[in-house]
Amino acid sequence: MEKQQNYAVEVEDLTVAYDAKPVLWDIDLKIPKGQLMAVVGPNGAGKTTLIKAMLGLLKPVTGAVRFLDGSGDIRTLKNRIGYVPQSGSVDWDFPATVQDVVLMGCYGKLGWVRRPRKADIELTKQTLQKVGMQDYTTRQISQLSGGQQQRVFLARALAQEAEVYFMDEPFKGVDAQTERAIVSLLKDLKKQGKTVVVVHHDLQTVPDYFDWVTLINLRVVASGPVEEVFHEENLKKTYHSSGTLLRSVV
Amino acid sequence: MDSVLALFSDFTFQTVALGSALLGLISGVLGSFAVLRKQSLLGDGVSHSALPGVVMAFVLLGSKNTEVLLLGALLSGLLATLLIVGVVRHTRVKFDSALALVMSVFFGLGLVLLTYVQKIPNSNQAGLKRFIFGQASTLLQRDIVLMTVCGLILLALVLLFWKEFKLFTFDADFAQSLGFSSKKLNLLLSFMIVLAIIIGLQTVGVILMSAMLITPAVAARQWTNKLWVMVTLSALFGAISGIAGTAASSLVPKLPTGPAIVVCVSSIVIVSVLFAPGRGVLHRIYQHRKNRILYKLEGGEMDVPSN
Amino acid sequence: MSPQIEIQIIAVVVAVACALPGVFLVLRKMSMMSDSITHTILLGIVLAFFVTHDLSSPLLIVGAALMGVVTVWLTEMLSRTRLLAKDAAIGVVFPLLFSIAIILITRYAGSVHLDTDSVLLGELAFAPFDRMVIGSVDIGAKAIYTTGILLLINLAAIIIFFKELKAATFDPMLAAVLGFSPALVHYGLMTLVSLTTVGAFQAVGSVLVVAFMIGPPVTAYLLTDDLKRMLIVSGIIGAVNGILGYQAAAILDVSIAGSMAVVTGQVFLLVFVFAPRRGLISSLLRRRKQKMEFAKMTLLFHLYNHAGSDEEASECGVDTIPAQLHWDSAYTVKMIRFLERDGYVQLLDGLAKLTEEGRNASIRNYNALFAG
Repeated sequence: MEKQQNYAVEVEDLTVAYDAKPVLWDIDLKIPKGQLMAVVGPNGAGKTTLIKAMLGLLKPVTGAVRFLDGSGDIRTLKNRIGYVPQSGSVDWDFPATVQDVVLMGCYGKLGWVRRPRKADIELTKQTLQKVGMQDYTTRQISQLSGGQQQRVFLARALAQEAEVYFMDEPFKGVDAQTERAIVSLLKDLKKQGKTVVVVHHDLQTVPDYFDWVTLINLRVVASGPVEEVFHEENLKKTYHSSGTLLRSVV
Repeated sequence: MDSVLALFSDFTFQTVALGSALLGLISGVLGSFAVLRKQSLLGDGVSHSALPGVVMAFVLLGSKNTEVLLLGALLSGLLATLLIVGVVRHTRVKFDSALALVMSVFFGLGLVLLTYVQKIPNSNQAGLKRFIFGQASTLLQRDIVLMTVCGLILLALVLLFWKEFKLFTFDADFAQSLGFSSKKLNLLLSFMIVLAIIIGLQTVGVILMSAMLITPAVAARQWTNKLWVMVTLSALFGAISGIAGTAASSLVPKLPTGPAIVVCVSSIVIVSVLFAPGRGVLHRIYQHRKNRILYKLEGGEMDVPSN
Repeated sequence: MSPQIEIQIIAVVVAVACALPGVFLVLRKMSMMSDSITHTILLGIVLAFFVTHDLSSPLLIVGAALMGVVTVWLTEMLSRTRLLAKDAAIGVVFPLLFSIAIILITRYAGSVHLDTDSVLLGELAFAPFDRMVIGSVDIGAKAIYTTGILLLINLAAIIIFFKELKAATFDPMLAAVLGFSPALVHYGLMTLVSLTTVGAFQAVGSVLVVAFMIGPPVTAYLLTDDLKRMLIVSGIIGAVNGILGYQAAAILDVSIAGSMAVVTGQVFLLVFVFAPRRGLISSLLRRRKQKMEFAKMTLLFHLYNHAGSDEEASECGVDTIPAQLHWDSAYTVKMIRFLERDGYVQLLDGLAKLTEEGRNASIRNYNALFAG
């Protein structure tokens, strides 16, 4: 039986709509533990929406999301779930240093009102080291390049010490060096048994960087190991035609 | 110099200056968050919208006590905020239009109520109009106590939820994903900003109050890259402007306090935008020149495109 | 002409004159700039007065209009430094200019017969006292003529430059390509707004000019999509607000301008709640209906996909669907009833079965949702 497999995330019948338009329709998705998974699809396919809905940042019309073998939803397991938003989603002119931002990753474990302690600051130093930004600790965030901003966001997520990570376009607008750094970071996370879900836009690199892939365009076109589902026919379905929702319609 | 010394030992002056300083301090702290959240103009909307609340509180409760009038102001400021948010959420009307509409309609309602009150015989409504332009000289000791209490509560809340406010202001989605309800934080912070506006109304009036919220924060932002330094500086700029404006208006005849305070705080902003190290306009011009000269020394053409 | 009629004429003319440029402010997301300008023109008036020492001098209007443009320019210059956000720039500039104006007026109150109250708050009731006399013939209140000219200027400018305004508003890039500079259109519009504010403030007070500039266009924005229609509807709403506002003020004996602003708010509130398609009620109803449509379709697709399969019993039973779709049972029963009523579903032995019509509806819905 399939049930024996361990799942990091299970999405069932998820439908999300903005006003009149359905953005995600009847998404069913099972992400096995310990996989690096890419979410790919054309612009407006609902990739970011899917991540936000899984994280509980958007209220779906129907459906449910469960984490870690159904042991709970986002509210009960928030400290085991990490999130890297698109780096363009915040104002980088905010008065904060690199360390300030990374420290925010520790806030979840601290809960309301409690202040970060020495151990947390130690942790931020370690995570900055992991992304190669240890020399920028006191740098103002507006003075960072696009790639550096992305690394800071990654370091912040690492400071969450989560088991499942969601990353929204971490490779967007980064330099080659940062891209390599992120990839090796992803492999590290996999080695530690973490699950990482990455919204990705560069189809060419999918087979190199990831071992699991979900193709979406309004709904799931295919999801599975890269070597099994990442082929031309599925890509055509995702990017050109509307694919199948009803089994026998096409 | 003697007149300045005499002034600072004058009891009325002390009261008014203390009130203005408190106002500057509180709005400097909360204004930092308003500016960083890109809600600078909400202060303008809330303060204009407070007018009908002031008059209504007077009509209904017949009292001219500051706390009664400010309670009315608070309620009508909050109502206006809710209306603005509701219109934006449920229609395609944009935030700035909803804001402009709601605040001017509320202000109009305030004027209607004011003219209505003037017609009530023996109502002794004089003093309500002070909320339009503000009249620091009418500050009483009990007003100062009220401002101090509100101010202490606000500062305590800012300290208590410092980590949460910082996180929420920078990245609301991330805050939500960590389990800090954006809805609750938004509500709390907005309420605190509205309260900070309301307690300043008596001193600078509904029209100029928004300046006290925005200007010290904008000035402070230029000097630092740390949030706590920005908030502290902003409070300091606000308080200094409050005292300086009050002093100026006491020393110079026929100089209204509210506008004097605003001119002081605006001067700070001009200086900051021009001269702030590493960020100000002059620094940039200097950098630009230096680059041009370096470029020329290396044999480049002179017409380097700017930016 | 009786003063009451004259006041109403002025009210209508001012309201329409304000509403026309307001349409472009709302569409260009510059509503708060009008708030800023309405405050700062006071400084323009004061400064021009120091030059002319005559409160009826047309130079005052020039000074005020110039100050409006200067305000826009200062604000944009400040926000171009990128040291602060655009809204913060508005909030920094206008209080300073306004404060300087108030200080000047207070300091030189003896020589300036300029009452801050009347500039800011206005009093339409006094407008008929100021007569327009040619030779020795009284031809009506002066404000009728000044605001009338203003209305004509606005009308003329909008009719002549309609194409340019439209292009610069909806597609600045296109406008630039076609050869009319968006910046020129922008400053032209801002000059118009300043002029209108100056012409209107004596009647309604500068703070309330914002209500007349923004209120009718925002109301019209909820009623139509077409720019021309929006201009016409705004004008009509402005005129109605003017007349109703005056009547209410006359009955209650309160500030006319204030009352016009309040009526503006009430008319907006009515439209906001009841407007067809874009109002609150229809938007809430639509959302509810949508949610139901989504739910119905989800159920249809679910039944379609599992019809005739081995797992049909576990997937399509009235008591198993709730677990499958994460709905509560009452909701599920309700949805099945709806589909039954549409003739798409039949209940057989506790199983929901698609009818032929239901099958066709599934395919139809599928194509409507996902085709293309």
